[in-house]
Amino acid sequence: MILIINMCKQGLGLSYEEFVQPIDDIVGKDNDSGKKVVHYLNINKKMIDKADKIIICGTALKDNDYIEHIEKFQWLKDTESKVLGICAGAQVIAKVFGGKIIKNKEIGVVDIEIIDKRALITDIIKNQAYALHNYGIKLTDSFIIGAKSKKSTQYFKHKEKEIYGVLFHPEVLNKEMIWKF
Amino acid sequence: MKLAVLFSGGKDSFLAYLKAKEKNEVACLISIVSKNEESYMFHTPNIHLVDLNAQALEVPIIKVKTTGEKEKELADLKKAIKSAIKKYRIEGIVSGAIASTYQASRLQKICNDLDIWCFNPLWQRDQVSILNEIISKKIKVIIAGVFAYPLDETFLGKELDNDMIAKLIKLSEEYKINPAGEGGEIETLVLDSPLHKKRLEIKRAEKEYKNHAGIYKIIDAELARK
Repeated sequence: MILIINMCKQGLGLSYEEFVQPIDDIVGKDNDSGKKVVHYLNINKKMIDKADKIIICGTALKDNDYIEHIEKFQWLKDTESKVLGICAGAQVIAKVFGGKIIKNKEIGVVDIEIIDKRALITDIIKNQAYALHNYGIKLTDSFIIGAKSKKSTQYFKHKEKEIYGVLFHPEVLNKEMIWKF
Repeated sequence: MKLAVLFSGGKDSFLAYLKAKEKNEVACLISIVSKNEESYMFHTPNIHLVDLNAQALEVPIIKVKTTGEKEKELADLKKAIKSAIKKYRIEGIVSGAIASTYQASRLQKICNDLDIWCFNPLWQRDQVSILNEIISKKIKVIIAGVFAYPLDETFLGKELDNDMIAKLIKLSEEYKINPAGEGGEIETLVLDSPLHKKRLEIKRAEKEYKNHAGIYKIIDAELARK
């Protein structure tokens, strides 16, 4: 089962359609094992244990509510499931494992440089990605950096776990990454 | 939340308006009238009819004219949004952007600079599902412009009904055009919907078509009782 985590501030239905629905649509097309969408404030251990794969979505530029609720993501430390954090999702992964969420603005298409292929779910075919964030990340050495843009770390993987993070939005220009995941 | 919808009178911006209305207050529409036919952001045939649509929906509208030069039109859009913030105290903008990273990122940057929300509820949506939503929500839409082979003058002025959608899907498979016109192949105009208090009635229109591009130029239209 694939668990899709909605990171949008509660009540922002328009953001859900922009940041969660596209992921749900991509996952839904070829997925036989089932999927479930849940808001990050409503996650419980049972859901995490049941999921083979977990995708933590992004949210609107102005929405920073999730930063106030990092404690809701402590399950990341214990999970054996494969995880992909997108933008806000990547930020919480970095933070939970001792890193920092730092000011870093990128809006629009950015060029991506591959650093280490071991950290990639799949190669970035176009060497371009769509970024939409006011905050970036500073990782601890628990992670391998897979790719960077001029201004920030864009793609990373935990050294011992199947936990990946991308600061860009793969649902826009890199859908193949989500299919592969 | 009090919102403004970036509105051209076409199907995508109208669907964005519909979605914004579901759980928010749409305080006004914003239309940018571009003189530049090549504008990446705003050019659309029959933009002069946005006033009629706004009247029919009983929503105030802010219209800003632009010469349509690349950066100037973004400055004009920012000016229009600032005016909506001042006049209607809006807290966010809603657009009907589906796939254009050019349009979406520029709007995101403007909203970010002005510290307001930016919503794109059709973002990355499957184009056929958008066409089907138009039908299921009983929105009356006509084709107001065609800009790609094999779309010809016979499409101009035609209603986007089930038969037309089937035809567009078939053509999209054969000729690799976007069935909902996101690549600029088709421009549309909304004439009526359940939210319209009155419908738009076209009194006089002309087809202008050459070299695989044409518009359904509406010369005279008025609001009519439903």
